[in-house]
Amino acid sequence: MELLVASAVGVMTAAGIYLVLRLRTFPVIIGVSLLTYAVNVFLFASGRLAMDMPPILRDGVENYTDPLPQALVLTAIVISFGMTAVVVIIALGSWLACDDDFVEAVEQHDPRTKSADRAPRGQDAA
Amino acid sequence: MSLFLIVALPFLGALLPGLMIQAGRQACFMATFLVTLLTAVGVAVHAPAVLSGEVITAQAEWLPGLGMNANFFLDPLGLMFAGLILGIGLLIIAYARKYLSRDDNMGEFFTYLLLFQGAMVGIVLCDNILMLLIFWELTSLSSFLLIGFWKHLPAGRQGARMALTVTGMGGLALIGGMLILGNIVGSYDLTVILENREAIQADPMYLPALILILLGCFTKSAQFPFHFWLPHAMAAPTPVSAYLHSATMVKAGLFILARMWPVLSGTDAWFWLVSGAGIITMALAAIIALFKDDLKALLAFSTVSQLGLITFLLGTGTGYAAMAAVFHILNHASFKAALFMTAGIVDHEAHTRDIPRLGGLRKLMPITFAIGTLAALSMAGIPFFNGFLSKEMFLEEAAHTKLFGSYYAVPVIATVGALFSAAYSFRFIVHTFLGPVRDDYPAKPHDPPTGMWLPPAILIVPVLLIGILPFLAEPFVKTVTYAVIGDAVEMPDAHLKLWHGLTPALYMSIIAVVGGLILLALYSPLARGWNAVPRPEAKPMFDAVIAAAVALAGRITHGLHNGSFTRYAAIMIVTIIALGAHAWMTGAFAGYTRAALDMTANAVAGWGMLVAATITLVIVHRNRLAALILMGIVGLMVSVGFNFFSAPDLALTQISVEVVTIILLLLALNFLPNRTPRETSGLRKTRDAVIALAGGGAVTALIYSMLRTDFAAESISQYHLDNSYKGGGGDNVVNVILVDFRGFDTFGEIIVLGIAALVIYALTEALLSSSVRARLLNRGYEERRAGDAHPVMMVVLTRVLLPIALMVGFYIFLRGHNEPGGGFIAGLVVAIAVVMQYMASGFAWAAKRQRYPYHGIIGAGVLIAGLTGIGAWFFGQPFLTSAFGYFRIPPMNEFELATAMGFDLGVFLAVVGAVMLSLESFSRLGRRSGEDAPEHAMDIDPSRDDDDDKTDGKGH
Repeated sequence: MELLVASAVGVMTAAGIYLVLRLRTFPVIIGVSLLTYAVNVFLFASGRLAMDMPPILRDGVENYTDPLPQALVLTAIVISFGMTAVVVIIALGSWLACDDDFVEAVEQHDPRTKSADRAPRGQDAA
Repeated sequence: MSLFLIVALPFLGALLPGLMIQAGRQACFMATFLVTLLTAVGVAVHAPAVLSGEVITAQAEWLPGLGMNANFFLDPLGLMFAGLILGIGLLIIAYARKYLSRDDNMGEFFTYLLLFQGAMVGIVLCDNILMLLIFWELTSLSSFLLIGFWKHLPAGRQGARMALTVTGMGGLALIGGMLILGNIVGSYDLTVILENREAIQADPMYLPALILILLGCFTKSAQFPFHFWLPHAMAAPTPVSAYLHSATMVKAGLFILARMWPVLSGTDAWFWLVSGAGIITMALAAIIALFKDDLKALLAFSTVSQLGLITFLLGTGTGYAAMAAVFHILNHASFKAALFMTAGIVDHEAHTRDIPRLGGLRKLMPITFAIGTLAALSMAGIPFFNGFLSKEMFLEEAAHTKLFGSYYAVPVIATVGALFSAAYSFRFIVHTFLGPVRDDYPAKPHDPPTGMWLPPAILIVPVLLIGILPFLAEPFVKTVTYAVIGDAVEMPDAHLKLWHGLTPALYMSIIAVVGGLILLALYSPLARGWNAVPRPEAKPMFDAVIAAAVALAGRITHGLHNGSFTRYAAIMIVTIIALGAHAWMTGAFAGYTRAALDMTANAVAGWGMLVAATITLVIVHRNRLAALILMGIVGLMVSVGFNFFSAPDLALTQISVEVVTIILLLLALNFLPNRTPRETSGLRKTRDAVIALAGGGAVTALIYSMLRTDFAAESISQYHLDNSYKGGGGDNVVNVILVDFRGFDTFGEIIVLGIAALVIYALTEALLSSSVRARLLNRGYEERRAGDAHPVMMVVLTRVLLPIALMVGFYIFLRGHNEPGGGFIAGLVVAIAVVMQYMASGFAWAAKRQRYPYHGIIGAGVLIAGLTGIGAWFFGQPFLTSAFGYFRIPPMNEFELATAMGFDLGVFLAVVGAVMLSLESFSRLGRRSGEDAPEHAMDIDPSRDDDDDKTDGKGH
């Protein structure tokens, strides 16, 4: 079971890193969201895995899972929504104001691969 | 008056000028003057006690763990400096009232002046070196603001920057030196440090500490080779020059030298460094001063020279010299401030302070002439003026000092310095005031209003009084001297008097005065010669050093920071992986200590879905809508996983956050292109894939080894499990942790969430008030539109669901303390229910029915949570201590009420408000002109005849 969790977090991390290294805002935002999942599960897992032991006190039940990481991750999930929302509005503002959804401030992409829907960059984007 | 109040008054008073300027310049001036007067009175009432040997203290612990205490003490040395700062401050404020023109912002000026005054008073009264360093930096900052007060003058800005750079660097050095001293002694309290002379001087770190502290003092007091900033600081308004650069700030360095004298002085290093720098500065600056044509530049270099004289006296390490130093600090402050104010008057009335354009002002400005002459004669060291007495003592000390391996070096340098001092003093008088009246002044000079000449005239009183009757000052000077030297050396038995007999000092004095007159007579040929000789200029050198530093910093920064986010991300990720790999290689891993849980078929299936969705997501990420759907699957599987591993609260939170996040990204995708173009090369993709796989592999290994090993230290979780019911009155430990054990964290988090939502709102407002608005309005539709914007099925369904969803939210909220649920989850559920209305019935329809602004809901949430926490204070408990009890209202079962519920209500409201404000802001972008609230509650109503124009008011 530990291997499943570890590898799942690993896959999400790898996918997140790959997408974060893309050039446009949208895949980067998706990548950051994937990294958020990975980090949240990682923090949660630091309490070690336990099944059928929810931290809800019951008479006669002795063993509970670790509640502390859960409390920390709960707020982290909600805060990550706020963070995503702020990043999205910034990306959106850049796109609406300058037709620019590159995460780069410098021209780094290959001009040969100009695609049809690529919008002109704002003149002062650099 | 408490010392705390004395130090705080100027800072508090600094708030006044900016306000009082609204009531006029006179009110602004009076406020500043009274604040300073009050502070001065506060110091003065302590004077009798201090002079009789008592030390006034005020102590408060601030950060005792760091050794940082707000301790202040007032001894005779502090009293003298505080008296100078506040006394001359009063005169300067009165002078500035008339000096500043109507174009100058007087409120701003006096604000800075009071800030500076407070920082200076803080330095001289402070008994904790950490506090002292803070005040020290404050003087650098406030003097920066004052020097650059005339922002329109490039010279002012450059001078201010140079002063800040030099004194700021010195300040850093001083911090280092003081911290070393504190470490040696084991206390940061000045009075404790002062008692540890032997320990400090025996310590191997004594020399580094000394050099660092001297760097701080020499930069502040403009000693060679850091003297160059002071003349450039003369671009400041004259009251600033008179106050900061003659009487107070530049003496802060001397103050530290005097303050640290008992523990630092007496060693060879101290003697060589301090006396050497002092005597060189004294002579060099005097020579330069003579050939300066700008009145203020002449005075600036003369100040540097006089400060060098005092530094030399502090460096020789004898009690006699310390007494001379104290005496000269006093004398110099009086005559130099008067001279600066005279120069300011000349500049103000003649509209120039260029000496070749002046002369003959004696008849036109008789009062100014009298003041300037008396002060300059004191500076020249003429008998019956106070400057003569302390200069005699200086020459006496110089005659007995052996430095640079020779008995003659110091007396000769000192005589040269004194000679040039006399010469520039005479030049100040002769070239400005004497000679024929000219007819080509830029303005018609005449004596200024009383308010301007009275302050320097008042300063002339002590110049003459002490000069003629020196014994008046003797008790005070001796008391202060004792405060400086303590018991480190014997008190000198010398007396302040005019006639010491035919001493070497007298001969040196005579040589200086006569030589000065001769130099002045030969001034024209000398100046021609001086100007013909090439000299190193400090400013170009300084500028070159700064330019080189900026270029170097620029190369490093631009090399690392070229604007490519992808590059930073790659560098950061690779660095983290490398650090992890390093830790893995070098660390010791004891092996697995926990047995692995068995895999179940359900878990493997869930894992398969998550991994498949993630990999597909990477492959198809160019199709943004598909990527979003796949991300939703990943999120769902994560929440299922939380539930599987005994975290029902997390599962509920994750799934509801997932919904709002997807809605948010859908709203964003409404504007962004639907596809990501193909742009990176295959090589680049391979590189990124390698980094990604390395990162993923590393994380897998890390988590796997973590999951299979036990805690390194005992977990605090058991405490929470044990006390959740007893202390927090709840069975759901996660919720009790959130609202009770770690309530303060949660309080901070809802505030962060609220701020994030407000940021989004503000950014949206900014976008909508820019050109973006017009573009949004003119935006064409790229895709075919749905024929029915508000499908009737969805409208009906969401409206029916709304009360049910609200009830579910309420239920989740109420049970949160004992079952999975709580404010966070309830808030998200309610937010989703409301968002559904926006989606189904349109923005305008929903906004029309939204009675309370979402900002207000966020604010109410934070307020309620805060008030619940504050409530604990009324019962003498710390913030956020919760209480609970069990109640029974007859027809119902016994139920529990906990104050934590009030806190959770605050969390709930803040979450609802924040989520809704964010989503609403996004949808505002999509609102086009012409979209009004629909007339009817639903677009399609079978019972209504749509051709009929009449409105029935339903839904309004």
